[in-house]
Amino acid sequence: MSAKHADTIVMPTRKSPVPALTFAALILVLAILPAFFYPIFVMKLLCFVLFAAAFNLLLGYTGLLSFGHAAFFGGAAYVTAHALKVWQVTPEFAILAGVAAAIVLGLIIGAVAIRRQGIYFAMITLAMAQMFYFFCLQAPFTNGEDGIQGFSRGHLFGIIDLNETMNLYYFIAAVTVLSLVLIWRIVNSPFGQILRAIRENEPRTISLGYSVQRFKLAAFVMSAGLTGLAGALKALLFQFATLADVAWQMSGEVILMTLIGGIGTLAGPVVGAGILIGMQNFLATSGLPVTMVLGGTFMVCVLLFRRGVVGEILNLLERRRG
Amino acid sequence: MTATDTLTAPATVARGGGAAPQLKVRKLEAWYGESHALHGVDLDVYPGETVTLLGRNGVGKTTTLRAIMGIIRKRKGEVEFEQKSIMRVPLHRIAHAGLGFVPEERGIFASLTVEENLTLPPVVAKGGMSIEKIYEIFPNLFERRGSPGTKLSGGEQQMLAIARILRTGVRLILLDEPTEGLAPVIVERIGEVLKVLKTHGVSVLLVEQNFRFASRIADHFYVMDHGQVIDSFTVSELPARTEALNTALGV
Amino acid sequence: MTTIFGVALPVLTGQLLIGLINGSFYALLSLGLAVIFGLLRIVNFAHGAFYMLGAFAAWMLLNFAGIGYWGALFLAPLIVAVVGMVIERTMLRALYGLDHLYGLLFTFGLALLLEGGFRHYFGTSGQPFAAPEALRGATNIGFMMLPNYRGWVVVASLVVCLGTWAIIEKTKIGAYLRAATENSTLVQAFGVNVPLLLTLTYGFGCALAGVAGVLAAPLFQVSPLMGSNLIIIVFAVVVIGGMGSILGAIVTGYMLGIVEGLCKVFYPEAANIVVFVIMAIVLLLRPAGLFGKDS
Repeated sequence: MSAKHADTIVMPTRKSPVPALTFAALILVLAILPAFFYPIFVMKLLCFVLFAAAFNLLLGYTGLLSFGHAAFFGGAAYVTAHALKVWQVTPEFAILAGVAAAIVLGLIIGAVAIRRQGIYFAMITLAMAQMFYFFCLQAPFTNGEDGIQGFSRGHLFGIIDLNETMNLYYFIAAVTVLSLVLIWRIVNSPFGQILRAIRENEPRTISLGYSVQRFKLAAFVMSAGLTGLAGALKALLFQFATLADVAWQMSGEVILMTLIGGIGTLAGPVVGAGILIGMQNFLATSGLPVTMVLGGTFMVCVLLFRRGVVGEILNLLERRRG
Repeated sequence: MTATDTLTAPATVARGGGAAPQLKVRKLEAWYGESHALHGVDLDVYPGETVTLLGRNGVGKTTTLRAIMGIIRKRKGEVEFEQKSIMRVPLHRIAHAGLGFVPEERGIFASLTVEENLTLPPVVAKGGMSIEKIYEIFPNLFERRGSPGTKLSGGEQQMLAIARILRTGVRLILLDEPTEGLAPVIVERIGEVLKVLKTHGVSVLLVEQNFRFASRIADHFYVMDHGQVIDSFTVSELPARTEALNTALGV
Repeated sequence: MTTIFGVALPVLTGQLLIGLINGSFYALLSLGLAVIFGLLRIVNFAHGAFYMLGAFAAWMLLNFAGIGYWGALFLAPLIVAVVGMVIERTMLRALYGLDHLYGLLFTFGLALLLEGGFRHYFGTSGQPFAAPEALRGATNIGFMMLPNYRGWVVVASLVVCLGTWAIIEKTKIGAYLRAATENSTLVQAFGVNVPLLLTLTYGFGCALAGVAGVLAAPLFQVSPLMGSNLIIIVFAVVVIGGMGSILGAIVTGYMLGIVEGLCKVFYPEAANIVVFVIMAIVLLLRPAGLFGKDS
């Protein structure tokens, strides 16, 4: 027994109750939300909810901190935008192309990054993503600083016009909810159990005979693919894909969302994305320096608030119960 | 009748010749994370004494040394050194109070040369050995002074671990299993070094599995079990106790 | 005109010099990261921000206090060190017992805070900073004209790097540092004030970034974002070298700067990413890094 009872980066996850009710509530909320908020804002929020949830699949449930998820987010956004603008395919194919690109990218970056652990993993993902950033800066199809813009969203399956705001809204809402269900299924599957075992004690998982590297890579690629889906939706929503989506600041933002919401909790990313997007919206008009406030928030969260909002609430409930 | 029953008889011989104990430990408890490792240890070391902690593996001997030293911060109870409580003294001031520590794993630094290892612990009081004197006692260390500390043999590393504390002028040394895994010849040498310490008036609190080794150099013994001291006797009582001890220690 | 592999010699030497200059900054910064990581087990994401802070400190000393380059070369790193030490004492310290990732996240936030703050008050455009009188102009060194200031940067960074190495390897305080890197608890039990050592080490690592910042100020202008892209390359350098070795950090830094410079001559499209590509290759062949012991 070592004296190093280090506070690990993730909190132990509790078995969540049957989430049918939770998801039903989520659908209900999504149905009425546009009545109160600007739908574009809600859709943006949903893209980031998905982004954070996909990221949390890796950090919260596998214990791997990626500092390079912007590559998958922005990479998929570029490919989706390119597919819509140049190839002129229907949106579902454009999104699939974006996700496929993110998966391929995830395989490449993941294969390199899983060679090291912990902080090295974080630094390697950051460096690989920065390499992709420079690639995007120079590759002709991304239009450099201008980005890809000025394309139609097209008709979903050739029928539903996504340039209609509410059509787009229901599409994005449906995709997000289905993805969250998928993430929940992954986390609670035997596969998810092994991921958690890796997170809690990697050497023991290896000694149990699991090929840990493969599981890590699989988790990394799944997370990359779902992140790509979020990026593709964002490109579809804003009809816009730029360098900002692949820049390291974006990777930082998704970490902050997950951290604020609660690493390793299912609801954490949803809450965290809501708080951060809301905060950014507020700051954009307040005249306060956004980056500075984000940085400060980061520091405060790490110093005082490592469980995040949802984690703190769960902890409080548990203590009251126990 | 169990072995412990015979062992709980109080020590009958007065120690320290009326002087106050140099190290006084009372009701010391310690935790590793959530696990409660010490359940109230009481022991004394009088000036100039060599005191040995006996006990089977995992009963808390090493933990006791680490808790006295303050390396384990999660602890409760009282530790007095030379009549002053050291429970609230920060770890890096403990040595300056006059307390030295030689860990079980010896703690020789690979990135330091032998000489750097030797001169690493700051001198905390007068009366420590000079480098020259140490090299005189340990000529091997002088010969190897420029090579990395961990390139030494196990025995030489143990010598180095003890020697570097001799330099500092501490008045009491906590010594954790100095003979573990060493050849008999080396164990012999370490015994001689401990006798040199005694002639210098340095007290030693020794954790030792090698009962025969301990019985030749110690003045007083404590037996530990389950994180507590369960028996205490002086060297003169040793012959009468040997059999019961063998049972208790599972020798 | 002399050519090597079809490249004119002045072009080649010019790019090599630029590579050597970049390498000087990589070496100084990765050295600081390695020193801090060795003892504190914290990957100092704010290192790029401290580099920027060093440059700004020099600029402010000049513009608000009239202290010139040479004074700033000494004072600016000191200011950066003090800022670093205050942060270590008041905040970073609380993270020591935790997962190392928290240190990375905290210093990432710190980097955003510092860079965001300076961008808010100074804007993104760079502030010019003149090289000192004595180092203006250029010297003919036979095969090329060497701008004096550039030559100075290479020499100064070499001196600082080797000086740091000597302090760590040859002095008493260096011995404390090396020992505490291996087993800080035991060093503390010997009576060394390790908490103070941690503070000083963090301050020293930050000061190295500050020195780099002052050296960079006349070359690249003083801008709030000058550190943010650099730090990512330096991370790659550190992954390539392995963070275990002081000398490894220095050598890898210069080496990669030169490789990058050569890449600009022979395959300029890849110059931005060559360090990252090398990182990926090294990881596939030798995961612990060129100079790293197995983690």
